[in-house]
Amino acid sequence: MRLSHKYSALLVLLAVVAVAPLFFPSSYYYRVASLVCVNGLAVIGIVILTGYAGQISLGHAGFAGIGAYACALAPVHLGLHPGAALVLGALVSAGLAFLVGRPILRLKGYYLGVASLGFGILVSMVLTNESAITGGPDGMQVADLGLRGWLAGIGLRLTTGQFWYFVNALAMLIGAWLALNLNERATGRALRALHGSETAAATVGIDVARAKLSAFVISAVYASVAGSLLALQNRLVTPDIAGYMHSIEMVTMAVLGGVGSVLGAIFGAAVLTLLPQVLTAFDQYEQIALGLIMMLVMIYLRQGIVPGLLALIRGRGT
Amino acid sequence: MMSDFLQFAVSGVTVGAVYALIALGFTLIYNASDVVNFAQGEFVMLGGMGTVFALQAGLPLPLAALIAVMGTAMIGIAFNKLAIERARNAPIVSLIIITIGASIFLQGVVQVVFGKGIHRLPAFSGDEPLRLLGATITPQSLWVIGGALVVFAALYLFFTRTITGLAVLATANNRFAARLAGIDTDFMMTLSFGVSAAIGALAGVLISPITLTSYQVGVPLALKGFAAAMLGGMGNPKGALVGGVLLGVLEAMTAGYLSSHYKDAVAFIVILVLLSVKPQGLFGLRTVNRV
Amino acid sequence: MTSHWKAIALAGVASLALGFTVRAEIKLGATLSETGPASFLGDPEAKTLRLLVEQINAKGGIKGEKIKLTIYDDGGDPNKAKTFATRLVEEDGVVAIIGGSTTGASMAVIPVAEEAKVPFISLAGAIEIVEPVRAYTFKTPHTDKMACEKIFDDIKKRGFSKIAMLSGTDGFGASMRKQCTAVAPKWGMTILVDETYGPKDTDMTPQLTTIRGNAEVQAIVTPGFGQGPAIVTRNYHQLGIKAPLYQSHGVASFSFIKLAGAKEADGVRIPGTAMLVVDQLADSDPQKKVAKDYMTLFEKATSQPVSTFGGYAHDAFAIFVDAAGRAKSLKATDIRDAIETTSKLVGTTGTVTMSKTDHLGLDLDSFRMLEIKQGGFDLVK
Repeated sequence: MRLSHKYSALLVLLAVVAVAPLFFPSSYYYRVASLVCVNGLAVIGIVILTGYAGQISLGHAGFAGIGAYACALAPVHLGLHPGAALVLGALVSAGLAFLVGRPILRLKGYYLGVASLGFGILVSMVLTNESAITGGPDGMQVADLGLRGWLAGIGLRLTTGQFWYFVNALAMLIGAWLALNLNERATGRALRALHGSETAAATVGIDVARAKLSAFVISAVYASVAGSLLALQNRLVTPDIAGYMHSIEMVTMAVLGGVGSVLGAIFGAAVLTLLPQVLTAFDQYEQIALGLIMMLVMIYLRQGIVPGLLALIRGRGT
Repeated sequence: MMSDFLQFAVSGVTVGAVYALIALGFTLIYNASDVVNFAQGEFVMLGGMGTVFALQAGLPLPLAALIAVMGTAMIGIAFNKLAIERARNAPIVSLIIITIGASIFLQGVVQVVFGKGIHRLPAFSGDEPLRLLGATITPQSLWVIGGALVVFAALYLFFTRTITGLAVLATANNRFAARLAGIDTDFMMTLSFGVSAAIGALAGVLISPITLTSYQVGVPLALKGFAAAMLGGMGNPKGALVGGVLLGVLEAMTAGYLSSHYKDAVAFIVILVLLSVKPQGLFGLRTVNRV
Repeated sequence: MTSHWKAIALAGVASLALGFTVRAEIKLGATLSETGPASFLGDPEAKTLRLLVEQINAKGGIKGEKIKLTIYDDGGDPNKAKTFATRLVEEDGVVAIIGGSTTGASMAVIPVAEEAKVPFISLAGAIEIVEPVRAYTFKTPHTDKMACEKIFDDIKKRGFSKIAMLSGTDGFGASMRKQCTAVAPKWGMTILVDETYGPKDTDMTPQLTTIRGNAEVQAIVTPGFGQGPAIVTRNYHQLGIKAPLYQSHGVASFSFIKLAGAKEADGVRIPGTAMLVVDQLADSDPQKKVAKDYMTLFEKATSQPVSTFGGYAHDAFAIFVDAAGRAKSLKATDIRDAIETTSKLVGTTGTVTMSKTDHLGLDLDSFRMLEIKQGGFDLVK
């Protein structure tokens, strides 16, 4: 009954996204929820790369940076509409992932980790150093997407917070739908096979290198689009978005929630996005609490929060 | 300009020795448990910060350093007992996140206990630079370079000449077989975490007079140390030493002759190119995948 | 039974009303980099705000109303700063926001403050924050351009014109490097060598060796903050470089001398604020008392030396208190109007006079050129 699993996952997401705003008392809630969605979109890419294909990346923020800066730069230098810039950013990210992925995906485990880390650091270094173009560490302003004004023109008036919540939620839903579909197709099956064992996958005739590369490229596009949306929403972009910490954050969100499933990873994104808002109550103990939570979840719910809890409920343990 | 070249080399070897010391800390834990400990940088930070505050409490420097190193070793052992041991057989990404969680946790604790200030330890043998064919080197740099060599030699002998060292390697290679052979694998893990933490803390004590220290120096140092260890080949003390020095010299030469703006970039490009030619690093062992 | 319920209801209403009168307070918000790479700025800023609020509340507050301060730690991340600014405005209902320790974080707060019509006083350096002037956005620190000009002015007075720059690649260093490069020609400066270092680098001797290798360099300018400038100073001493070294206002603090070492830092010049030479100021200097009071308060409570950055927070708070005292009401828009008419307010950084076209209100004289001598700061006359 895989089909029903796919649709039930999508239905759960849709229901949460649609019902949640009923409980939002202010646009601050829309703001935080929109960040949950945009992070959710990025971590779906990690699910495809790490959950399906079993590959590690510590440099995916590099692609988010490319997506974000595409939206900042293309409208200024190429005269592109910010929406078209998002597509351009995704294409550049895909191309770069294709080029970089070929050599580095031959590496395994931690070696792949350090290579992808190097890639991410290179991107953030270019964004930081080429200040004549990128504005340097202080970043640059991003043009208005214009869609909200257009919607207002046809009578649909939304606040900035509401607008970005719905845009990001829609992007996340589409991303989840595509990822769940992928899981059923040949590519998805190939990816899952190589997560089990690359050698075994190769012996049954799966083109391992190709499957890994396509997972890498797809996940890069997810990160890129998420980066673009974040830049367009914030109307500002700084090199932090491509930084090492952001890469780690993406992986942590996915793994904490459960990197094996789209729903789990999105839940992880929600948890890690909400935590800093909740932990402000801990004041200076915030970092201590965050570190502890990360360790405890990984020790006691090894498959992530969602699969771990499901297993506990079913009484199977992990 | 011979003296300029020599100066770049001195800088490169000093910084390289810093990276090597951190990379050597990675080596031991990796060999015992297949875990790359991203909290290794925090051990370095704990060594430096611990010494700073023991010194402020009025202890003499050698005693302060000893207390900081022992204390950090205890923290390393506790980390293994409370976290790593309980997460045995977890996938690599989970282990990465546990060690990163530990790194965030330790930073948080130090920030609350010791504050966010930047500190410097006094140099062990004074600050007057020594002259060498037109280049200058501080006595503390010699301490760091010497420290890296001593730790390297000790680890190298440990892994090749002692029964315990071989037992640690056996534990990583095949825990089950090691246990059948009568090796106390739990003890090997505890030992490696304790000693690794002590090596990190020692590095922190040695480098703090040069690099200064604060609650957040750990992560950048751990990243460079990680890169150095992978460059040399993870798990091999020789790889850690050569990888560290290579990375440091590469950075210094790039800053000196090409452009200081992209010195870190050159280092990472070399890593990417080298790994695509030699996927196990310079001295890493080829492993066979188990099906 | 009914009367019983009535009593409870009455008591509830009464306590609610009582609670309301007690809670009539002025809500002030801040988003600062208390942790992260810019905690060197955000930490003293947060401590300063907490101390000052405590102090003013002990004296009875503003117009008899106490200040309730909410500080969030954005870690220097603009994305978080924007979220926290939204939270301050929407959830906490603040009448003013102080903060944005970094330029990036400040730029992220601006649209939130402008849309919500809440005055925002930034603590970051870049000129872009107040140029063009936006209705609700103000700032207290000198701009980086002013620091460059102060340094160049001093170099010129010494009869030099050929300089080398060694800048940090963090936001502070990069922004100042850009500004210095832009104003150099105006002051007749030629930049012969232009090098950078990463904020986490541990050794800058290669860059300094290159600078030393250029015999024409007459002075070295090094924008940056945190540990980098201290390492630069130690490396400069190690290499025995003769050309005088200028550090930026990013390290104008006694802790810099401690980090770099009194001997190594001897002779280094820094554009700084009056706080660091408070005892050398003439008694007639209006900044003397303000600076001294703040220093005493901060150093007694934290046992840390004051820095320029804590001073920025002090001045932002002084501007807010002054404006709230003069404003028609304690509504955000009225406070904004009052901030814009700030006149001759003496802060640690300088004397502030705002206008419709100037939301910074400091002039170049607010910087003092200091020289490190025997482990202390000396006013360069």
